[in-house]
Amino acid sequence: MHITQGTFSFLPPLTDEQISAQVEYALSKGWALSVEFTDDPHPRNTYWEMWGMPMFDIRDAAGVLYEMNACRKAYPDRYIRLNAFDATRGFETVRLSFIVNRPAEEPHFELTRAEGPGRRIQYSMRTVRPHEGAPR
Amino acid sequence: MNAALNQPAAAQSPPTIDLQAMLADAHVTEVIEQLDNELVGLAPVKQRVREIAAFLLVSRARAQVGIESEPPSMHMCFTGNPGTGKTTVAERMADILQRLGCVRRNHLVTVTRDDLVGQYIGHTAPKTREVLKRAMGGVLFIDEAYYLYRPENERDYGQEAIEILLQVMESNRNDLVVIFAGYKERMDTFFRANAGIHSRIAHHIEFPDFSCAELLQIAELMAARMHYRFDADSLATLRDYIQRRIHQPNFANARSIRNALDRARLRQANRLFARATRGTETSVDELTLIAAEDIASSRVFSPRQAD
Repeated sequence: MHITQGTFSFLPPLTDEQISAQVEYALSKGWALSVEFTDDPHPRNTYWEMWGMPMFDIRDAAGVLYEMNACRKAYPDRYIRLNAFDATRGFETVRLSFIVNRPAEEPHFELTRAEGPGRRIQYSMRTVRPHEGAPR
Repeated sequence: MNAALNQPAAAQSPPTIDLQAMLADAHVTEVIEQLDNELVGLAPVKQRVREIAAFLLVSRARAQVGIESEPPSMHMCFTGNPGTGKTTVAERMADILQRLGCVRRNHLVTVTRDDLVGQYIGHTAPKTREVLKRAMGGVLFIDEAYYLYRPENERDYGQEAIEILLQVMESNRNDLVVIFAGYKERMDTFFRANAGIHSRIAHHIEFPDFSCAELLQIAELMAARMHYRFDADSLATLRDYIQRRIHQPNFANARSIRNALDRARLRQANRLFARATRGTETSVDELTLIAAEDIASSRVFSPRQAD
């Protein structure tokens, strides 16, 4: 299952050249780039692992891509995303975030049903990793 | 882009490239002219800069018509005595390289050993990478680069920084130009110990010492920039001063001249102040004039120093 989230979720995966252009755009706006990775792409999993510090003093996309590639090398089988943080007063938030790496075999989601007090049914989504096997 | 490709309609003669248009397009001549006008002396350096500019331009022209070639390695090494203008030229270099499309941004990151080498195990690599990342897309200027390697301490982390530098210099050749700078003899020792660096630097540029006449010209230029001036008398004294200063220890070319000028300004202010307390009027002209006595009262002229 091709999982998408973030800014360019409607597009096929970006090439390095396109990523570089996006990073250039973010840098031209004065946003700070950061690299994050995770093995759980669940939509509610907001806080991914940080790959180093956010890069506040970088002026060129090459530096960001250098870190991104270092992260890809270390975690080729994880999801990796780039975040662009806008520190402007009033925003102070991530303005751009997109996936730049995904595992060869992606997990899928499974709907689980649980019965609570009074026969109330609770539904939740669970990430199923490729080799975890089918649930009983 | 297409304007530079000047193909005749008849298509009988081989296609030509309008190098002149490319030259004008890149505004390189302006930078080189600026280099000529604002920097005194340094003839071999200017020559090399011109050569590099020509080479880059031709490489670009070749790339435009599709002649395959390796991207040129632009790493440089500036050697020369203190105060011969290495940092100043490096700043101009960033500008020239950017105009010629060799680096993407006109920005220069100046670092020394402290910025690259860490204090404990495992500290150096991230520190060096951090600096390299910051410099990417522009020019990294490593001042006093020979300090990176300290042969007397075999557990020194400088070697680690050098290795990372080399690796990035090779693999990210399109993203980054590294300029090493340092004094001639010590850089030679540095390169002897690190043959890998020497062979990876394409351009070794030597900065010659300034002559007395050039130093005088520099002094006038600096003074003019600070809105001071000399009269005939003080100029003669300054020439005398430079001739004496050159032969004294710790002479640092243009830097010594700047320091001398700063001290002369101090004495001038002192002189005007003393006169004002005596009740003499000061004219506007006198505010900008550095008189002979401001220079003549320097330590350089005292007999104890001159022996």
